[in-house]
Amino acid sequence: MAMTALRREGRRFLLSPIPPNPSTAARSTMLSESTAYEMRWFLIVSLGDDLISGEVPKSNIHRKNHGRSRRSFVFVCSFFVNAGDLSLLGIRSISTQVVRNRMKSVKNIQKITKAMKMVAASKLRAVQLRTENSRGLWQPFTALLGDTPSVDVKKNVIVTITSDKGLCGGINSTSVKISKSLYKLTSGPEKETKYVLLGEKGKVQMVRDSKNSIEMTITEVQKNPVNYTQVSVLADDILKNVEYDALRIIFNKFHSVVSFIPTISTILSPEVVERESESGGKLGDLDSYEIEGGETKAEVLQNLAEFQFSCVLYNAVLENACSELGARMSAMDSSSRNAGEMLDRLTLTYNRTRQASITTELIEIISGASALTG
Amino acid sequence: MYRQASRLLFRALGGGRPVGRAFSTNAPAVPVEDSAFVEAWKKVAPNLDPPKTPLSFMKPRPPTPSSIPSKLTVNFVLPYQSEISNKEVDMVIVPATTGQMGVLPGHVATIAELKPGILSVHDGNEATKYFVSSGFAFIHANSITDIVAVEAVPVDHIDPSLVQKGLADFTQKLSSATTDLEKAEAQIGVDVHSALNAALTG
Repeated sequence: MAMTALRREGRRFLLSPIPPNPSTAARSTMLSESTAYEMRWFLIVSLGDDLISGEVPKSNIHRKNHGRSRRSFVFVCSFFVNAGDLSLLGIRSISTQVVRNRMKSVKNIQKITKAMKMVAASKLRAVQLRTENSRGLWQPFTALLGDTPSVDVKKNVIVTITSDKGLCGGINSTSVKISKSLYKLTSGPEKETKYVLLGEKGKVQMVRDSKNSIEMTITEVQKNPVNYTQVSVLADDILKNVEYDALRIIFNKFHSVVSFIPTISTILSPEVVERESESGGKLGDLDSYEIEGGETKAEVLQNLAEFQFSCVLYNAVLENACSELGARMSAMDSSSRNAGEMLDRLTLTYNRTRQASITTELIEIISGASALTG
Repeated sequence: MYRQASRLLFRALGGGRPVGRAFSTNAPAVPVEDSAFVEAWKKVAPNLDPPKTPLSFMKPRPPTPSSIPSKLTVNFVLPYQSEISNKEVDMVIVPATTGQMGVLPGHVATIAELKPGILSVHDGNEATKYFVSSGFAFIHANSITDIVAVEAVPVDHIDPSLVQKGLADFTQKLSSATTDLEKAEAQIGVDVHSALNAALTG
């Protein structure tokens, strides 16, 4: 009987369709070669993403696979003897080859994910120090200008900070979800909202549906260790190319290795600051501050807004880098654990198969011998 | 430093206006969350938790006291470090673009843009001096001073010979600069190095 191998997107490996009544499988080992039924191996294994991603993005769920959800680490293997007929490799006895291959690859995956976790942990230590030192940088600005995320302006620019590399859990999806909700929040008649995306992962997700609202994308921010000069050049670039009344920076603030808090920092343009301080409210005190330096108040406020943007962006990029490394650590950790569990189950199956094949051989020999002797 | 002298003298003499200091309250600090934002968020995305804003991560600042405090609280932050945080000192001298400015407790609320120069922090008899590249200084009414700078080095870490060399280099570049950009860069170099020079000698 021919083996039908179905490949689903390179990830599911279905060797043959399941027999209609699996209950007959149990009797297989006892019968001789010329039996009518044959049991086939039925192996569904999902490798790759199922092992590694701690969270499967919702958009991927709708694949058709016999009604089975991809979320479950489905590993159903019932191994049944194929007495007599050609099995997968064309040999007559039960082969443990497939299981052994599977075990080898799962073990390799476990090693890789463990190594990735170690690398992320060591990088995290360095970046965390710098992040904590930079935390004082945005506080003076918030103390002076207050925090006004609900400000109502015409031109909003949403700066979303995401990572370039993947395998870091769900933080990029969270940032993108929040950006999209913020877009809905700040859109309205006569209002305009644009995106500036830092990081490859955010770009990939946003380009799908909001391509027209993306003003600019910047990638490879993390290629060299982040320092203030680089970020200030970046901030300068953004400010030059984008018209804004309010800039909203979305990033994941690093709270601890397992917890990251999505945060929005708002920076207002000098004109809006003037407007808000005149109308009172949170910035109402600003008018009573004397201005030293520069020719006009507007010039100083302009410099202030630009400086504030670069400082807040610096802190945000560092915090997001920390969060990315922390998320990668926990994602790799859970994937190593899952690989370990899968390996345990495979080992059990392997042993069962091995013992079954030994038993079969013995039975054949003994029944052959008893047939001869009468 | 002497520009503010008249203002300080007036305050020292008469204790200010009889009507009390501007925006001095004993009201409690501002709330931790922006409720308007949270409500607007809930309307747009009811299933998502609203993201936090910097206000919730910051300790609220004390309100303006009704009498002048005796000490000034200073926060001096750099991108890679918080040099001084919440230290009580007597006086701070900041290099504003309009000249060296002395800040005493009870100073009027000010936003000052800084130029490259020396920042000195006086506490009792000791004074710590830093050379700062530019930045901003915010003096709040509650006698808290925030100084944000991009780079700062203690004055004793500066090497005089390198300063002279840098000054000579940039002066030469300024004279040979052709485009506006080059001229601006050279001018900045000259400014910083002459300020460094002045810091070392002065």
